[in-house]
Amino acid sequence: MGSSNYQPTNKAVKWFEDRLPILGLMHSTLGAGYLAPRNLNYWWNFGSLAGFMLLVQIITGVILVMHYTPHVDMAFRAVEHIMRDVNYGWLIRYTHSNGASMFFVVVYIHILRGMYFGSYKSPREVLWFLGLVIYLLMMATGFMGYVLPWGQMSFWGATVITNLFGAFDFYEGMGESILHLLWGGFAVDNPTLQRFFSLHYLLPFVIVGVVILHIWALHLPGSNNPLGIDAKGPGDKIPFHPYYTAKDLFGLSFFIVILAIFIFYMPNIMGHPDNYIEANPMLTPAHIVPEWYYLPFYTILKAVPDKLFGVIAMFASILIFFVLPWLDGSKIRSAKFRPTTAFFFWLFLLNTLYLGYLGTKLPDEIMIDMAGGIDALTMGRISSVFYFAYFIVIVPLVSRMESTKPVPTSISQSVLDANKKG
Amino acid sequence: MLNRLKNIGLMTLAVSALTIGGLTSANAAGASAYPLKEYDWPHAGPFGMFDKPSLQRGLQVYKEVCASCHSLDMVAFRELKALGYNVDEIKAFAAEYEFPNGFDDEGEEKYRKGFPQDYFPAPYGNEEDARDANNGAFPPDFSLLGKSREHLSLFTPWNSIYGEDYIVGILNTYHEDAPEGVELPEGMNYNEAFSGNLIAMAPPLFDDIVEYADGTPATTEQMAKDVATFMYWAAEPKMEVRKKMGLKVIIFMSILTIMLYFVNKRVWRKIKKGDDIA
Repeated sequence: MGSSNYQPTNKAVKWFEDRLPILGLMHSTLGAGYLAPRNLNYWWNFGSLAGFMLLVQIITGVILVMHYTPHVDMAFRAVEHIMRDVNYGWLIRYTHSNGASMFFVVVYIHILRGMYFGSYKSPREVLWFLGLVIYLLMMATGFMGYVLPWGQMSFWGATVITNLFGAFDFYEGMGESILHLLWGGFAVDNPTLQRFFSLHYLLPFVIVGVVILHIWALHLPGSNNPLGIDAKGPGDKIPFHPYYTAKDLFGLSFFIVILAIFIFYMPNIMGHPDNYIEANPMLTPAHIVPEWYYLPFYTILKAVPDKLFGVIAMFASILIFFVLPWLDGSKIRSAKFRPTTAFFFWLFLLNTLYLGYLGTKLPDEIMIDMAGGIDALTMGRISSVFYFAYFIVIVPLVSRMESTKPVPTSISQSVLDANKKG
Repeated sequence: MLNRLKNIGLMTLAVSALTIGGLTSANAAGASAYPLKEYDWPHAGPFGMFDKPSLQRGLQVYKEVCASCHSLDMVAFRELKALGYNVDEIKAFAAEYEFPNGFDDEGEEKYRKGFPQDYFPAPYGNEEDARDANNGAFPPDFSLLGKSREHLSLFTPWNSIYGEDYIVGILNTYHEDAPEGVELPEGMNYNEAFSGNLIAMAPPLFDDIVEYADGTPATTEQMAKDVATFMYWAAEPKMEVRKKMGLKVIIFMSILTIMLYFVNKRVWRKIKKGDDIA
């Protein structure tokens, strides 16, 4: 991750550093050797928070595995054994289950920050790709983790989601073959649980690998900033340590307070109560819903009448983020100077939240009590169309046509200007 | 112009979001169509702890009434310490039960008295046995019912249904006769709180069906509340230690956060002023 000017003074440290320059690597990645723009706001805290959550999930997960049994007859009881008999097992498990939700909250904010301030634009496209790969891996990991307690929602969620892949039935028997491969049999059963367990343990370490690439790709161009202009002169940049280490530590400490409120005072609010009923293949729950972080995509899936195209639309709704750097044709990164872009960004966010809300509804539930009642399916279709229109129509047109506000010449100049005013 | 447009747009959105939220909240509630009576549970809220006398009464109701059909597979006798019993009382309680203990020299099954480390024995040997004895219905295990029957909502907490309220609702809303127009199948009972209103369980509680050891009048509502408290404890036995630790963690982290805020401010003082570039 770049050369380092790290010069240890201690002789022993220098001896080691000459043989393995790992301290210099740390120095130039997270220490004083990494120069970051001086104007990063608190939305830039969420990257380090995501890294922290990944660590929390791996540590709690490794401990949970010590007490868990991946078998359909024992998994549900094993989780309750953790909750009841293992010393502080309830704390480890509630941290892991709420931690997963908070990890997604943090990562969603991190992605939205990148969208708003144009962090996906040149020269940071590969950085953006790697982030999306991390997000996709998180989706897979989170889904498989939710299956492990082997409750009703685990089982039926797994059944619904794996069945989606059966839509890829391009030649006779292909869909079925995919399903048999995913299940390790002819239905969601013990082999499914065991392969999901194996992958749930593996993928987080793959995520760690991609995170390292993500940080590597970050340090070549350096961090973007709220102004979206390149940091050039020495006055534009400050060392990561102590400035951003101090700021990140403060943000982290505040974040842990929020996390603790969930873990200690509402540990089950993110989960579904049916997951405290052991999986029963003979009894379908009245209402199968995935975890909250998949809900917007679940609505898009349900909005399309055809199964194959529904699945394609669902995957496309995430994969379309990969082409965002080219859909956006603006020369300016930050939405701070692109008022129309900013407006549609907030509209997009609200619409996506609404898609998520619709994900919890049955298709025929009445959402708006007028014109004879507009049901959730119709609203889901309208919102899904807007979701894609944002990427395919609004961003390409607005970014190329809007009149933008004047952009400051440099970061340090804008700091000085602000000081003169204030 | 654009700013005004933006404000109008955002305003419209906010208003419509609120309206939609308001319109839909009415039918957002989960398991039960019946408006459940909400009780002030002493163990609710961030500082709420279990009412131990109520837990002990609830255990008595479970043992004398519910246990003839409902298992409590995940609770061991040793855990009754949380209800306020001492070791000797728990040993005596466990000794009232018998457990299979291998085979004797003639191949006959042997039995022993229960120990604190044993779990509450199930009333039926298997699900088929239970269904056979209960008109085809399977009485659910009690260990997690307190948590698996609740519907919690983060953003619309007023739509939340608490497990304890639901349990009391089931136990207290039986009708002797089904309302007009409702066909009551053989072996079914009419219950307002139960989803679909038809429940296989016959009304289990009647006034004074148990005689409370502590002299509390055993009204149906009192027994329902006690057993609901007991069932919530069985589902979430670590609630008290969780809330106590949470308070310490949050106080500690809040103080640390305030300190780190000032550390951060101190570190950034020069940079904020732009002293290094001015």
